[in-house]
Amino acid sequence: MATKSLKARHLELADHNRQLEILNGGLFEEGELPYFKDKIAEIGEFPLKPRNLEILQINVGYMCNQVCEHCHVDAGPDRKEIMTRETMELCLEVIRNTGAHTLDLTGGAPEMNPDFRWFVEEASKAGIKDFIVRSNLTIIRANKKYHDLPQFFKKHNIHVVSSMPHYTKGKTDKQRGDGVFDKSIKALQELNAVGYGMPDSPLRLDLVYNPSGAFLPSDQAAMERDFKKALKEDFDISFHNLFAITNLPISRFLDYLIASENYDDYMISLVDAYNPSAVQNVMCTNTISVSWDGWLYDCDFNQMLDLKVASKVQHIREYNEDILQNRNIIISQHCYGCTAGAGSSCQGVVT
Amino acid sequence: MANSYYDPSDLRKFGNITEWSEELGTKFFDYYNKVFEEGALSAREKSLIALAVSHVVKCPYCIDAYTKDGLQRGITKEEMMEAVHAGAAIESGATLVHGVQMMNKYNKLSM
Ligand code: SF4
Ligand code: SF4
Repeated sequence: MATKSLKARHLELADHNRQLEILNGGLFEEGELPYFKDKIAEIGEFPLKPRNLEILQINVGYMCNQVCEHCHVDAGPDRKEIMTRETMELCLEVIRNTGAHTLDLTGGAPEMNPDFRWFVEEASKAGIKDFIVRSNLTIIRANKKYHDLPQFFKKHNIHVVSSMPHYTKGKTDKQRGDGVFDKSIKALQELNAVGYGMPDSPLRLDLVYNPSGAFLPSDQAAMERDFKKALKEDFDISFHNLFAITNLPISRFLDYLIASENYDDYMISLVDAYNPSAVQNVMCTNTISVSWDGWLYDCDFNQMLDLKVASKVQHIREYNEDILQNRNIIISQHCYGCTAGAGSSCQGVVT
Repeated sequence: MANSYYDPSDLRKFGNITEWSEELGTKFFDYYNKVFEEGALSAREKSLIALAVSHVVKCPYCIDAYTKDGLQRGITKEEMMEAVHAGAAIESGATLVHGVQMMNKYNKLSM
């Protein structure tokens, strides 16, 4: 298992242009598989347009205490890109004026941004309905200064969404690193101890499942039942919902697919599983994603491919919802990941 | 794979068998899909049964398909291998139990 990001290892796929080249070539260029654009044109959805803006997703930095094999951010301890307080101020201004009801903080490990707590405190005053922090769980146990995160989250009524690849140690550690499972279990127990995830608790704790390999997630409800049963029986852990997410073929997951010679089969599975009824609800239709340096994207995936919004407003400093709502969403072959099977978004299935 | 009896990419073409006999093919797939729905047994349990049977009937397509299906359902490799052993035990038991027939025949023919 690698301990550094693709970027730190100076690997070819750290370059988003190379990723796009691969995605648009091969199977697609040779015409064996149809382009996503043509698929959605068949149902009159090209160009893809935003619907209502509901979610403002802010990526406060690519630094992370983990180096998961599938990470689409290519995050890791060596990534230094971090949102400054100045950019956070600009985001706060937008949060106060936006029509979005959900604020979704992500990373890397968002908690590693030195201004994370300040930002949460300020943002929570803005009256957002659902304030999500995507926590990788192990950060809570990584260092003493993070031990009180469960109480901090509780104080601000944060909705904690945590990644948990499997309810067994073997699968989890393989994808996310040795020791991750035990630390995640401990962190979940601590979140439960302050009231998170209990059946009637307003303190929301949801888990994110994504496949640990070159296959798609299966039925979300069945997975949720299995996770709930196993985590309760084995560790007395409770949580609310399980979101099953498809791994998108970009960054480290793309690197893994190519290195393991699974790329072609995986893309074929995604295209075979293409579900037209998922198109209307893909994440980018109700989300704007802000990068650590304030640029605007249709989603976190486009952010990693550096596909900025196709609008004359491209930076948080000039944010204008009306102008942004008129844009066309930028799509490419990776979008098949959001429309496979029951569809996939940060909130799990979309159909 | 050009010179092999089995080509993994043929698995994706399985659905094409309806082309040469639409009625029977469609009836088969309706039945097949119905069998694997949640029922008195969960889809997860049926996936493990299918994996075990795939080994017993030695179908490489089914082995690939139900290994992937198991992964998708979050089934662990330990569970998968136990299922294969269950299939293997029945298969070897089925061979061995015929040993009784052999013994009967042997005894009958012997003085
Ligand atoms: S998947 Fe999440 S926890 Fe893992 S390296 Fe990426 S950002 Fe960090
Ligand atoms: S990858 Fe991004 S742009 Fe493409 S469909 Fe998914 S959310 Fe939309």
